[in-house]
Amino acid sequence: MLLEKLSAHLEEVKEYEREPVPASRWRGFKSFLGMYAGEHTAGTEFVIGPLFVAHGAGAMDLILGLLLGNFLAVLSWAFICAPIAVRERVTLYYLLEKICGKHLTNAYNLVNALMFCFLAGSMIAVSATAIGIPFNIPLAKLTDWLPSGLPWIIIVVLVGAVTTFVATLGYDKVEKFSTIAAPWMILVFLAAAIAVLPELGVKNWGDFFQVAQDKIWTGKPLAGQSKFTFWHILFFAWFCNMAMHIGMADLSILRYAKKWTAGFASAGGMYVGHYIAWLASGILYALFLQQSNENLEFAPGPVAYSAAGITGALCVIIAGWTTANPTIYRAGLALQAIMPKAKTWKITLIVGSITTLAACFPALVMQLLDFVALYGLILMPMGAIIFIDYWLFPRIGLQSNLAAVKNLTFNVAALITWLGSLLACYLIAKTTGLEIFFLGLPGWFLAALIYIFSSYAYQKKWSK
Amino acid sequence: MKILLKLVSIAGLILTILPSIGVFYEVISQDENKYFMLIGTLLWFGPKIIFKAK
Repeated sequence: MLLEKLSAHLEEVKEYEREPVPASRWRGFKSFLGMYAGEHTAGTEFVIGPLFVAHGAGAMDLILGLLLGNFLAVLSWAFICAPIAVRERVTLYYLLEKICGKHLTNAYNLVNALMFCFLAGSMIAVSATAIGIPFNIPLAKLTDWLPSGLPWIIIVVLVGAVTTFVATLGYDKVEKFSTIAAPWMILVFLAAAIAVLPELGVKNWGDFFQVAQDKIWTGKPLAGQSKFTFWHILFFAWFCNMAMHIGMADLSILRYAKKWTAGFASAGGMYVGHYIAWLASGILYALFLQQSNENLEFAPGPVAYSAAGITGALCVIIAGWTTANPTIYRAGLALQAIMPKAKTWKITLIVGSITTLAACFPALVMQLLDFVALYGLILMPMGAIIFIDYWLFPRIGLQSNLAAVKNLTFNVAALITWLGSLLACYLIAKTTGLEIFFLGLPGWFLAALIYIFSSYAYQKKWSK
Repeated sequence: MKILLKLVSIAGLILTILPSIGVFYEVISQDENKYFMLIGTLLWFGPKIIFKAK
């Protein structure tokens, strides 16, 4: 019965996968505003905000860096992703298949699925820190890479098993629950932060900025952490969802928009989740550091519990779970595109197992900023390929949608672009010492250039 | 009935955020705030779950 339900759901998901979304299914700006606000107020926010504190972000750097970085992210959604989404109205995967061919799209899906597994793994670990509170288990420190002990592994495996089981049963109910939880989660973040301000020394609103500079975002990194400047924050805020905007993954979502201006609705996610929630979780962590005398233990669960009681712990569990669950589901779908004959629940089980194994290692949470940046960087070149293929190729006499037109399963120019731009980014980082957060911008232009030149060479054989 | 449940839900959200402002202005204690937040949480999710069940 449950499997039948799941199969029925999958059929529903496949709707319009290989055809443009009809006008009757288009949605207005408001529905995207709510969707983005909900999607970007998630378990990761309990980790990213504190990591800015740990990396010694300054108060003014953070406030301005997030303001501008999120603004650039919104512009990227609105001017790069949304216009193609509403003109083509097909999924990213279908468009990639038309440009890159089936086999290269499968390779992309495989990488995407693996990245989803790691992301979901970090969220399972976040939930586990809250579930472990009653058992008082030793938690990992900021500098830890390996599990802190057997109790931690047991809790992670239990949380992972439950999350995977729910994911195999379907996605609908979790999605509905996430929608219900979203406004509550935002208010819990906000309420917890406001309530602890007096403990940090804020007696009236006028004190806030001084206290923020002296006690929250002091500009001094914790032991073993690198220093974050204004530029780190700006580029992180801009590119932490690089795979979604300039990487074009949100073509699949924005294809339902009535107008391209729906891209601006991403501001709902950026300024609620990636601004208010990051600032709020940073405030909570600063208090934890103050009370624990700069203990390097990093546990979103206990931090939220000490600030907001049971509600705080519940918020961490729900935020982690509602992020991990759809992520596992999406990873399963990405893998299913490669193995269409395999049973969905079996694939989800495999994905859940990989995710749970990854969640046992605290390195995934402690290095979340780097991981998120890497995730975006690896998938971003495909976004550059789509952008150039769509806008530039018809104007310079090159063939768009080459794989579909020439019936190719593998567009060599696209493969050269993907691997070549990543190699170039690696070399830039190696030779100049540029950190991963800054590589997205040069990487996108490099990918665009490589795609143009490699396509000139590759398409010659058809023009002869 | 639906309107009543909606009002209860909204009251739940208000009860989640408003007491924290009370803590900031030293009107209520942090412990009281935690209780209010928990009640607010129950009021928010309770009617929503009843709605969905129906």
